[in-house]
Amino acid sequence: MTITVLLFASYADALGRSALELSLPQGATVADAMAGLAGMPGSDRLPPSPLVAVNERWAARDQVLRAGDQVAIIPPVAGG
Amino acid sequence: MTRAALRDQPLDAGAMLAEVSSSTNGAAVLFVGTVRDISEGRAVTGIDYTAYEAMAVRELESIAAEAGARFGTEDLVVEHRLGTLGLGEASVVIACAHPHRAQAFEAARWVIEEIKRRVPIWKREHYVDGTREWVDPTRAGMEAGRS
Repeated sequence: MTITVLLFASYADALGRSALELSLPQGATVADAMAGLAGMPGSDRLPPSPLVAVNERWAARDQVLRAGDQVAIIPPVAGG
Repeated sequence: MTRAALRDQPLDAGAMLAEVSSSTNGAAVLFVGTVRDISEGRAVTGIDYTAYEAMAVRELESIAAEAGARFGTEDLVVEHRLGTLGLGEASVVIACAHPHRAQAFEAARWVIEEIKRRVPIWKREHYVDGTREWVDPTRAGMEAGRS
């Protein structure tokens, strides 16, 4: 299945883009998606366990993904 | 009804205060967060604000609704600015009215703290030396409660 990964702020700078697609096996989790980023240029500048949202809602690392999900890797928030 | 929004134009705090004020409310609190000229000892000339917009609006709306239920008011509006802001410009405005002042103050305070905790908005500070850096509030050495 294919999912979309969204990157923001310092994380988008690190990987040089704000979105990418990942192919993952059925049943893959948020943690599997993070592992799928490993090895991409700049991915070493992401923390080991960043905050993640799936389809605009905060998500845990063990959340199971479905085809078409949007997985957002969220840098430390700094609103206000 | 509580209300929340992201804006790419200057925030109108006066209009927001008028929006929540009414004769049933004996108190209205207006919080305005602005761009400060110094951060961690470095002179700042401006700030870029960006967001995961769809989620940020969802979170802002949730915070406004939760604050309304928690403190007992429907008269609460919050707006956050996006884009490049100069010194002194308003980055966030919270207007909250309640029959009594204690709840109005507490609701406004609660809303700004929740925004800082869980709304996916980021800021990149511009410094006088021409450099720019994303702000990471979790980094060691960042003061608590900065605004």
